[in-house]
Amino acid sequence: MARKDRMSGNEAVSYAIRQINPDVMPAFPITPSTEIPQMVSTYIANGQMDTEFIPVESEHSSMSATIGAEAAGARSLTATSSAGLALMWEELLLAASNRMPCALALVNRTLSGPLNINCDHSDGMGARDTGWIQIYAENNQEAYDNFIQAYPIAEDPRVHLPIMICQDGFITSHAVENIELLEDKEVKEFVGEYHPEEFLLNPGKPIAVGPYAVSNYVMEARRNQLEALERSKEVILEVADKFRQLSGRGFGLFEEYKTEDADYIMVIIGSAAGTAKEAVDQLREKGKKVGVLKLRVFRPFPAEEIANAIRHAKAVAIMDRTESYNTHGGPLGSEIEAGLYRAKATVMAVNYIYGLGGRDFTVDHAASVFAELESAVENETEVKQYQYIGLRE
Amino acid sequence: MRTDVSNLNEQTPHQNLTEGLMYFGAGSTKQFNTGEWRTNTPVFLADKCKQCLLCAPVCPDSSIPVVNAKRLDFDYEHCKGCGICVEVCPFDAIVMKEGK
Repeated sequence: MARKDRMSGNEAVSYAIRQINPDVMPAFPITPSTEIPQMVSTYIANGQMDTEFIPVESEHSSMSATIGAEAAGARSLTATSSAGLALMWEELLLAASNRMPCALALVNRTLSGPLNINCDHSDGMGARDTGWIQIYAENNQEAYDNFIQAYPIAEDPRVHLPIMICQDGFITSHAVENIELLEDKEVKEFVGEYHPEEFLLNPGKPIAVGPYAVSNYVMEARRNQLEALERSKEVILEVADKFRQLSGRGFGLFEEYKTEDADYIMVIIGSAAGTAKEAVDQLREKGKKVGVLKLRVFRPFPAEEIANAIRHAKAVAIMDRTESYNTHGGPLGSEIEAGLYRAKATVMAVNYIYGLGGRDFTVDHAASVFAELESAVENETEVKQYQYIGLRE
Repeated sequence: MRTDVSNLNEQTPHQNLTEGLMYFGAGSTKQFNTGEWRTNTPVFLADKCKQCLLCAPVCPDSSIPVVNAKRLDFDYEHCKGCGICVEVCPFDAIVMKEGK
């Protein structure tokens, strides 16, 4: 029986962690994810779960200990934000290359500088090439639902890769919204017990994890890792289907909101998708054919699926909540445009940078983007292909 | 997933390699002369040794062979010269010398 409650995104993820009751959680506090280890510690202190919590001295250590615990045979996880994720950089790659199905609750916050504690996606996007599966949430409900699906995806024998469950700092992590929770028993049955085939603390069956590889082996190892990430796509969809049967809430690689007949589509990640949907609803009332494609799974990147979902439009806006400093677009813009080219789709695409360092992204902003796309197509006005929203200039 | 890693070599196709290059088995260091990394060397003075055997278990590289309850001379193919055995010996029966 589902239970209705109201929670912040951090509370929702902590609640999911309590229900999963993993074996080991090393963590170090950093805004805005601090509440997650804090709340989990409280659950442990109150005897509501028996996870081994390790207070470490840095995020370099929290990710190292997460990998160590996972290699030893324990279901493990940590939580972090921003500079904390940056300090994990080396270990993130090791978690993936050593094929550790551990989890990370990422509460997206901008990377310095300028020093700022608010939301953008520069931390998660900075880790986009570390080999982790990355799933983003629009609201607290999705953060909760995604976290419950994390281990069944990561631990699937076809995958064995680490998974990052992301939500927007403060906007989602600290805002209290209504939520529908599963019963503890339902979550435990859905996630199951962790019984790894091979692990370090396995008497009589010794293994070495992460050995040195000479040049003759590195390309082959990377290829195998890549293929596991490719296979994770089908596993993500299978797990989403099982989750829909349990909860009634369905998920795909992305959500298509009124895009079927849309002339203009906005592609966006995270909490701002809710704002974009509101703009779509208002514009639809005025007869505008607009829609939103909300990307849920950023890694593995569903390039072909996205291209096929937007190629029928007259123009698309690709929204990046981070600057990539490659000087020709944000990460989402670059990757979708590459995907469109490979799919031989010639739809006009404009890449917008928005919401950096917690800057508000409003319904009016979204509406102005749709208006600009329409004007570009209808009146053949010139549009900058890569531009900032709400920039003072 | 467990496989006989002795069958894997530099011609093995990627599909047949282990996940994350995980190595199944233990003690493979025996096959390599890692003692060549050593910069300082412990020397065993058999006449001072009382065979208390405090040294053997603290060696991180199992380079003090014990046969019939008696320690033998060092396995210099694997000793890295860390000097822990020197510190633990109560009888000054091990001394460090500079170089290999």
